[in-house]
Amino acid sequence: MNVRSQVSMVFHLDKCIGCHTCSIACKNIWTDRKGTEYMWWNNVETKPGTGFPTRWEDQERYKGGWEKKNGDLELKSQNKSSALFNIFHNPNQPTLDDYYEPWTYDYQNLFNAPEGADQPTAKPISMVTGEYINVEAGPNWDDDLGGSPVYAQNDPNLESLTPQQREQLFATERLVFFYFPRICNHCLNPACVAACPSGALYKRGEDGIVLIDQKRCRGWRACVAACPYKKTYFNWSTGKSEKCILCFPRLETGQAPACFHSCVGRIRYLGVLLYDAARIEEVAKLPDDELIEGQRSLILDPFDPEVIAAARASGVHDSVIESAQKSPVYQFVKVWKLALPPHLEYRTFPMLFYVPPMSPVMASQDGGVIDHVSGDLFHDIEQSRVPVAYLAKLLGAGQENKVRYALRKQKAVRWYRRALTVGDVTMDVAKRMLAEADCSSDEAEAIYQLTSLCTFEDRFVIPPMHREEALQMMEDPLEHKANAGFGFVSAPHRGM
Amino acid sequence: MTSPTMNLLLFAMLPYVALFVFFLGTIMRYRKAPFTYSSLSSQFLENNQHFWGLTALHYGIFAILMGHLMGLLIPRQVLLWNSRPLRLYVLEIFSLAFALMALVGFVGVIERRIRYPKARTVTTPADWIVESMLILQAAAGIYVAIFYPWGTSWYSTSAAPYLHSIFLFRPDISYLVTMPLIVKFHVVNGWLIVGFFPFTRLVHALVAPLPYLWRKPQLVRWYGIGILPVWPRRASGVRD
Repeated sequence: MNVRSQVSMVFHLDKCIGCHTCSIACKNIWTDRKGTEYMWWNNVETKPGTGFPTRWEDQERYKGGWEKKNGDLELKSQNKSSALFNIFHNPNQPTLDDYYEPWTYDYQNLFNAPEGADQPTAKPISMVTGEYINVEAGPNWDDDLGGSPVYAQNDPNLESLTPQQREQLFATERLVFFYFPRICNHCLNPACVAACPSGALYKRGEDGIVLIDQKRCRGWRACVAACPYKKTYFNWSTGKSEKCILCFPRLETGQAPACFHSCVGRIRYLGVLLYDAARIEEVAKLPDDELIEGQRSLILDPFDPEVIAAARASGVHDSVIESAQKSPVYQFVKVWKLALPPHLEYRTFPMLFYVPPMSPVMASQDGGVIDHVSGDLFHDIEQSRVPVAYLAKLLGAGQENKVRYALRKQKAVRWYRRALTVGDVTMDVAKRMLAEADCSSDEAEAIYQLTSLCTFEDRFVIPPMHREEALQMMEDPLEHKANAGFGFVSAPHRGM
Repeated sequence: MTSPTMNLLLFAMLPYVALFVFFLGTIMRYRKAPFTYSSLSSQFLENNQHFWGLTALHYGIFAILMGHLMGLLIPRQVLLWNSRPLRLYVLEIFSLAFALMALVGFVGVIERRIRYPKARTVTTPADWIVESMLILQAAAGIYVAIFYPWGTSWYSTSAAPYLHSIFLFRPDISYLVTMPLIVKFHVVNGWLIVGFFPFTRLVHALVAPLPYLWRKPQLVRWYGIGILPVWPRRASGVRD
């Protein structure tokens, strides 16, 4: 056993209101520099939808992630020799058009325009070329467009649905969508790290944060193609790739990452998971339907004396083990099995997990009468407006039973709390539902507490990072605003 | 380019100035400004024409440089190979084909950078200069190959000794002074490119990521240990 700690995350999709506050917090801190305008290290997608960059989940096109070839694990985008042969032109690299051309507006025209018959306008200007452009796409172009024929119907996850289910998803009366916030998953088996020809990408041993060494990055762009989540970005101005750094300067000073801190819906949880690094490769080669259990088996019980001893032997600090025992992520992922990894079939083992969303209560209109389709207070999961098959494609590596388990447990907790606080549901029924959902009343209470009443300290259990001697601590970060590089700072100038 | 003083300056002095600047410049830049040690890809901004120019130019220039290096390192073997006309023709034709490929590639990339505004925004003055020098170099080389035939042979008997004399610090320019003007231009421009090299994007050639072929897929860095060395230099205490 080679025990390592990983700062891991849970996003509770049932609570996300799609306000994009997380994206703005991140953008203002990290990606307001030249060359990074188009990057959204944190973005929020409307699902079903095409996402950012457009149709990023279509790996036939983007070639992200791993695949099994003759029992071996290989990157879809390249192997070692093709990486070098294609180094002059990466055949799988997305281009600016797959994201969008960033723009600003010609605001001064509002003040300087000569008097005329029409109101002056602020025309959009490309932030790449500085010329006027016709804006045709943006990072949230399909925001809230559930059911739209251009966006929602082109969602790659719909492949898993029967034509009937698709129709169900897009029937006008039953239109539905949910929000899907995304950041770098800081994977256990990151494809970006494995793809980098220069060895510039690495995983931090102590906390598992995946970073790009800006001094070592030579801009070969292989990481951009290899990441199946498209969460490494190419800075076209500095010629280097950049990605979410999980706000490590904030974590090191005990603060939650900006997107977590600013989350209005309080959907985000952060805490340490201990995992067995020695088994990653073995588990990554499991068949698709065993992947979820496989990843769960990598995550170790921080209360197990054997694990604690092994963790100490592997150099994990006692304070980190203690933090792992308090981790809300451990509860959601391993104990309650409510949170699931996105697209585990890419085999990178993302360490950001999602609690699948409950669909809203369904209603149908018959003449002037609006009737709830489900007889009880909460809809039937099988009749869910977002088909379980869709959620399973997104969050369950195709395993519907894993998603159904998480949804049923959530539903049972709701009934249980309903019986306790409102009383219009009998406790007998609630208890029976809990039993069917593999949930005790203590567990239901704990889920309720951590879902609905969680404080800042409950949601973010940040481990001590033990980086007190890091030189950067002595420097004023604001002094270096808009400079390039993390962990070192210099002006982003090229050439000599 | 004909007076004895000029010859001395261009063929005996310039090489040393160029080589000195090359070594000092590339090393200092690697140490002082590692962030800048790469090319600046514009594939992200323009991906339609990118493949044709870039691939042709890189494969062409790589083959041509290898040819020059072989003539320099193993001139006897090259001559031996060329001792049969058929083999000579094969070598000449392949060399010319790669040179043309490089030239077409160079013209393609410069045309691309002129044509597409997005690619133009990430093009620096140093890029235009070095690109022009490389186009002239390729064009001159092709002219020589066509109009002064069997260059693969006479390179081994006259250019290689000149280069040997330079690298052994016993500059002997007698091989060059009688050469046609275009050959002299090719040599002088070559040294200028060597001298200009450290100040341009060409430095990316020195950091070609060959270690990728044998390194492990996943890299882990531990605090306090610093940059994980790439095989075979392994620091003690590095775990992965």
